[in-house]
Amino acid sequence: MSTAVDICLTINGERVSRRVEARRHLVDFLRLDLGFMGTRTGCEHGMCGACTVRVNGKIVRGCLLLAATLDGADVETIEGVSQSGEMRDLQDAFIARNACQCGYCTPGMLLTAADLLSVNPRPTRAQIREHLSGNYCRCTGYHAIIDAVEATAARRNAEPGP
Amino acid sequence: MSDIIDPKSVDRPNSYIGRSVPRPNAKTLVEGQGRYVDDIVLPRMVHVAFLRSPHAHAKILAIDATAALLSPGVLRVFTGADLSPHCEPWVATLAHLKGMKSAPQHPLPLERATWVGEALAAVVADSRAAAEDAVAHVRVDYEPLPAVVDMEGALLATTPVIHAELGDNLCFQRVNEAGQVEAAFAQAHKIVEATFYSGRHTGLTIEPRSILVDFNRASGRLTVYHSTQAPHMMQGVFAKHMRLSEGDVRVICGDVGGSYGIKVHVYPDEVAVAVIAKLMGRPVKFIADRLESFASDIHARDHRIRARMAVDAAGRITAIDVDDLTGIGPYSVYPRTSAVEANQVVNLVGGPYDFANLRARTTVVFQNKTPTCQYRAVGHPIATAVTEGLVDLAAEAVGLDPVDFRRRNLMKDGSYPRASPAGMKFEGLSHEASLAKLVSMMDYPALRSEQQRLRQQGIYRGIGIASFIELTNPSPFMYGVGGARISAQDGCSVRIDPDGSVVAASGVTEQGQGTEAILRQIVAEAVGVAIANVRVITGDTLITPYGGGTWACRGAGIGGEAALRAGLALKQAALQVAGAMLQTGGDALDLVDGQIVERRSGLARMPLAELARIVYFRGDTLPPDLPRELMQTRHFSTKEYPFAFTNGVQACWLEVDVDTGAVRLLKHWCVEDCGRVINPLLVDDQVRGGIVQGLGGALFEHCIYSPEGQLLVGSMADYLVPMAAEMPDIEVGHVETPTKESLLGAKGAGEAGTAGAPAAAMNAINDALRPFAVKVFAQPFTPERILAALGKVPTRWPEPAQSAFRTTSPAKTGAAGAAGHHSRLFRRT
Repeated sequence: MSTAVDICLTINGERVSRRVEARRHLVDFLRLDLGFMGTRTGCEHGMCGACTVRVNGKIVRGCLLLAATLDGADVETIEGVSQSGEMRDLQDAFIARNACQCGYCTPGMLLTAADLLSVNPRPTRAQIREHLSGNYCRCTGYHAIIDAVEATAARRNAEPGP
Repeated sequence: MSDIIDPKSVDRPNSYIGRSVPRPNAKTLVEGQGRYVDDIVLPRMVHVAFLRSPHAHAKILAIDATAALLSPGVLRVFTGADLSPHCEPWVATLAHLKGMKSAPQHPLPLERATWVGEALAAVVADSRAAAEDAVAHVRVDYEPLPAVVDMEGALLATTPVIHAELGDNLCFQRVNEAGQVEAAFAQAHKIVEATFYSGRHTGLTIEPRSILVDFNRASGRLTVYHSTQAPHMMQGVFAKHMRLSEGDVRVICGDVGGSYGIKVHVYPDEVAVAVIAKLMGRPVKFIADRLESFASDIHARDHRIRARMAVDAAGRITAIDVDDLTGIGPYSVYPRTSAVEANQVVNLVGGPYDFANLRARTTVVFQNKTPTCQYRAVGHPIATAVTEGLVDLAAEAVGLDPVDFRRRNLMKDGSYPRASPAGMKFEGLSHEASLAKLVSMMDYPALRSEQQRLRQQGIYRGIGIASFIELTNPSPFMYGVGGARISAQDGCSVRIDPDGSVVAASGVTEQGQGTEAILRQIVAEAVGVAIANVRVITGDTLITPYGGGTWACRGAGIGGEAALRAGLALKQAALQVAGAMLQTGGDALDLVDGQIVERRSGLARMPLAELARIVYFRGDTLPPDLPRELMQTRHFSTKEYPFAFTNGVQACWLEVDVDTGAVRLLKHWCVEDCGRVINPLLVDDQVRGGIVQGLGGALFEHCIYSPEGQLLVGSMADYLVPMAAEMPDIEVGHVETPTKESLLGAKGAGEAGTAGAPAAAMNAINDALRPFAVKVFAQPFTPERILAALGKVPTRWPEPAQSAFRTTSPAKTGAAGAAGHHSRLFRRT
């Protein structure tokens, strides 16, 4: 029925070696095999964005990627970026602006928003909406999320450069 | 009223009520550390996948699990016959909904499948994937039966009856009538009429329905980890139907990934999981996938409403007459029933307006589709769309601006308490003040000028206004009087621990609204401690006071009031101890920011932590007869009014592309009056989230079925939801008319947005289409439907003749009602 594949990769900066079923997608690998529960499944069709994680620096849908293809990859999840503190200001803005309600979409939303700010430090509200348009949130109506991303960009731009 | 909730006091210590304080849960959520049911892993846990019906209606001749049981990892396969000896069936009716009927329902059906997606057999395996693999090997022999799909034909003599023992497919019928409706229509200056459709929706919680049940055979105790809004109600349901005592059932509800009413119902597949856990004596988990969510989460809002309104020559509403029809699937959903949505429609229609003559009829029928039940703003979006759609038609018929027409007809702000023709009692509303504030926020005259200017350039923009009322803080009149074990009362226990910190346990629940945040604010203010020193516990039937949970906008108004009263009582108890310790009267002291202070001077006398230390560890130093109850519990339910109504008004500004039919939302405004605002930050985003949910229904969301009863939406690519790029910025304003039934004065705010948004969007689209003299009344207002109304594409099955509306002038011709002269009739098919 299934074939097992050996993979060795980096998850949140730590080396992980596992034998995975060929059909195991990345979210199940993270959640069921490794216990990283911050990555959520909402649709498993690649549409809701709740499973967004970073692979080799790019955001991807964890439900559309098979773990077996990730030998040698560098995977970052909400747990990893929270620990490194790289988006602490964005997370704080989400808290201050009430940009997460039930919190289920939030890890994916944060990773997607951080991705935007890394390529476009001065996004307009329309650009923020466009970039986040693959991440479903049923609670907030998005307005608060857009505010939080906009405020983070403004704060980063106000700080003196390196 | 206590000065504790004077919003002007925001600058003194501990005045948290009225402040935008962030949620205590938010930090764990933004770091991905929330704990939802699927995050819980227990030793020896197994997983369920269900075989679901591919037929809308079929007899189950045989289920053969032989091959499935040989599939790797499979432990057991259960059918309805396996589970029914261990579970009492339920019938979802309410005694106060006269004549309502439904059929007994089991965890898994015994003889027939009655909708596409109904769970028929459960496969238990050591992983969800293994269970799903085996489902494909369960062999079921079906005898397909004729399905009842179209609600319009459900009651015809030629239509098959779904449950023979009920005699017909009628679940419930009611006419709510007041005044002289026929006479009012006969004397009307103008009559406007239209047929409205509210498309079948589903809630689409991003966290699917989730349940993990563990049964300990030795203790006989069932522990249910459940993504639910009402843990105590579910405790009672599991106990009653599995023949356990309530004390042996514990329901634990951690983080919930969205609910919106979807997670307040009893789902047969979830009961099946509990029964299986009891039979297997080990933890059993079921997490719905997205496809089974579409087919088995409750649907809602599948209504067709023929409606008309009579107005006099002065532009005043004299009568409303609506005939509502709704199809609810094959069973009424337990225990709230599937007739409440329709009942709300007939209770709420015309709600904001001052008129005397009303006839509101509803007919609730069974059909072979996914069962429907209460979903955010239950009935409100339907009643509001019908009312506000008629209001805009009437304004146009008498040549009045929509805002002027509303000013003329809304209930006057000083006229309360009063009742509506539908019999709803209003303690105090603010329709006029809310409309005035809205008009100012949106700069209505400027927007009208811009609309005119752009129309010259071939750009068609529209403004839609929708006033609404919202039912909140329900009393036992909502469910309890009908026999349902659903608590209208909630309790809160508040205690001081030895370090002076405060813990509050409440019966209301958190699904992201910020329930725990507002309870924390209220308790901090009531007791007199810093908010950081208050911890709130919800969602565990073993440790929180009994209560109804969070639904129908009751968390703040009911749960918040219980917390306020418990907190105030605890403060008094602490001050009594402090008075004895400091040898002064407790009245001379106060508790501010965790310090016992002299009330007059504010002089700090003792930290609360010191008081608590003495009470817990050196009680020997206190007078022997001194009460030292550093934990207080209070309960609250409303008594004078069946419901605390709120009100508000929304405006939608959008553009219709008349070549593509696409609607672009530009801006949305809402002014709402939920009484005392405890946390503006949270209330505003409740309103915004609700508005977007309403806009989703208005523009995109639709559970579409084939004529055979096949559900045609199975993924988020078929069932479209609002995403960030399509949604507008939303401005929210408030008028505050606190309820006098409580010290807190809070009413609900969670459903106001959803109640008014579809009506505002519909009116805005029709306003944009005004130059073309066509209108749309069938939600969702898709590009295809708008182009069909414009005559640019043909109408396809199963489209209703949605653009049909008309204005008649019976008074002018002396004829009455249907015999009236048709001054206009637009009908495009």
